[in-house]
Amino acid sequence: MAYSKELLDHYENPKNVGSMDKQSEKVGTGLVGAPACGDVMKLQIRVNEKGVIEDAKFKTFGCGSAIASSSLITEWVKGKNLDEAHSIKNTEIANHLALPPVKIHCSILAEDAIKAAIDDYKKKNKK
Amino acid sequence: MEKMKNIYFDYQATTPVDPRVLDKMMPYFAEIYGNPHSRNHSYGWEAEQGVEVAREHVAKIIGANPKEIIFTSGATESNNLAIKGVAEFYGDKKNHIITCVTEHKCVLESCRNLSGKGFDVTYLPVQSDGLINLDELEKVITDKTLLVSIMGVHNEIGVIQPLEKIGEICRKNDVFFHTDCAQAIGKIPLDVDKMNIDLMSISGHKIYAPKGIGALYIRRKPRVRISSMISGGGQERGMRSGTLSPALCVGLGEACRIYSDEMENEHKTLSKLKKMMLQGIRKSCPDVYLNGSEDNRVPGNLNLSFAYVEGESLMMGIKNLAVSSGSACTSASLEPSYVLKALGVEEELAHTSLRIGFGRFTTENEVQYATEMIVNEVKRLRELSPLWEMAQEGVDISKIKWSHH
Repeated sequence: MAYSKELLDHYENPKNVGSMDKQSEKVGTGLVGAPACGDVMKLQIRVNEKGVIEDAKFKTFGCGSAIASSSLITEWVKGKNLDEAHSIKNTEIANHLALPPVKIHCSILAEDAIKAAIDDYKKKNKK
Repeated sequence: MEKMKNIYFDYQATTPVDPRVLDKMMPYFAEIYGNPHSRNHSYGWEAEQGVEVAREHVAKIIGANPKEIIFTSGATESNNLAIKGVAEFYGDKKNHIITCVTEHKCVLESCRNLSGKGFDVTYLPVQSDGLINLDELEKVITDKTLLVSIMGVHNEIGVIQPLEKIGEICRKNDVFFHTDCAQAIGKIPLDVDKMNIDLMSISGHKIYAPKGIGALYIRRKPRVRISSMISGGGQERGMRSGTLSPALCVGLGEACRIYSDEMENEHKTLSKLKKMMLQGIRKSCPDVYLNGSEDNRVPGNLNLSFAYVEGESLMMGIKNLAVSSGSACTSASLEPSYVLKALGVEEELAHTSLRIGFGRFTTENEVQYATEMIVNEVKRLRELSPLWEMAQEGVDISKIKWSHH
């Protein structure tokens, strides 16, 4: 199966790999998937006082499509406010990377991961 | 190390045709093109001569008589013919078949087919090393047991079943013993008499002969009868109708002849290569597990789980190495291999598995290059892996409540 150039680029040179301090008030962490299913995504965001995502990091256990999906979404959410980031749809990721049908679940996982990270941040910062 | 072009590490999937095999085959396309079943002229006799010499070579490598060998299209057909053919012939007397959960799909499906026709099938489990438990085999045999079908060498994990002991148990209990030896020919010494084997399936394209040819050994003393699957002119002693392809038969024969001479040497070379890769990987990467017995396996097969690194992503990273994934994430179903599951390999580890196959044309340079590449890619992907990170922090991954989706 031939993968798109975008996908291969994100797999070979993934953006924003790493971890943030998950105890920090400014950081929201999403951990989704399961090892037994073959993919686990950890996505973290750091949010500034204006409610804008300053930085995003990820680590992913999964196939090339899962790695590329998480790399792509970390790029996309940077500079967005929480509502904008929350509204990213998995189909946008799937289209951008030209994911084959059997790999669509990777983009769903990425969407779940950013939502989970935002929820975690909001929970921590409930006023 | 400089970049190499694509390298083939999938010898259990198929092998290239050995040039010596191809040389022997070539005259049988346009020169000696007679129908080997034509009895009235030299065209037929010459083609038949080629086929019969080939049959002798095939017989010799398993210690059989040439009359006990029939040619088929490959091991899938041989397995079907052996299992369904024996079942159909003897089915009114005995209706119990014993096989094993890790057998090739064509054996399992043949048995499933028969269980729809009134046969009882027992699927023996395997131990964590991939081998069946002989006591268990003996326990499930009844006076209704007709056939035991256990493969010689496993296609996915390379483990060698104790054929001689299985044969002994079968003979003692008056049960036919069929073995799928597609991956065993040329890899381990085989002797149908010593091992009490009644039927054996053989494949061409796993032993450097072409695809589309195989053979079935059927014992004559004491005689094993089978019903044929194909109606026709009664070729191959009535057991497999259809005109033989002399070129393909000659190819299979020559491949067996080469192994009769070279098996021992090839075994030594492959053992060395396997050791090189296994040691190279283990030296640089912790948490790499070999699936299947380490001692009872053929040297041309490594099935490894690289914990915390998903198999398909690893294959993408080593894309100029042609290996096969145990994680099956590349196929339409996202289920990990049923074979690894049967060994008790946890699903999360099964997702990290690769099968690396060596063969006759694998070089030391290639193995070195591949080892280095695999090690580098495993390290890179572990840096990307949240599971690796957790493991390094001492988090017990099995204790986390994962959201299965």
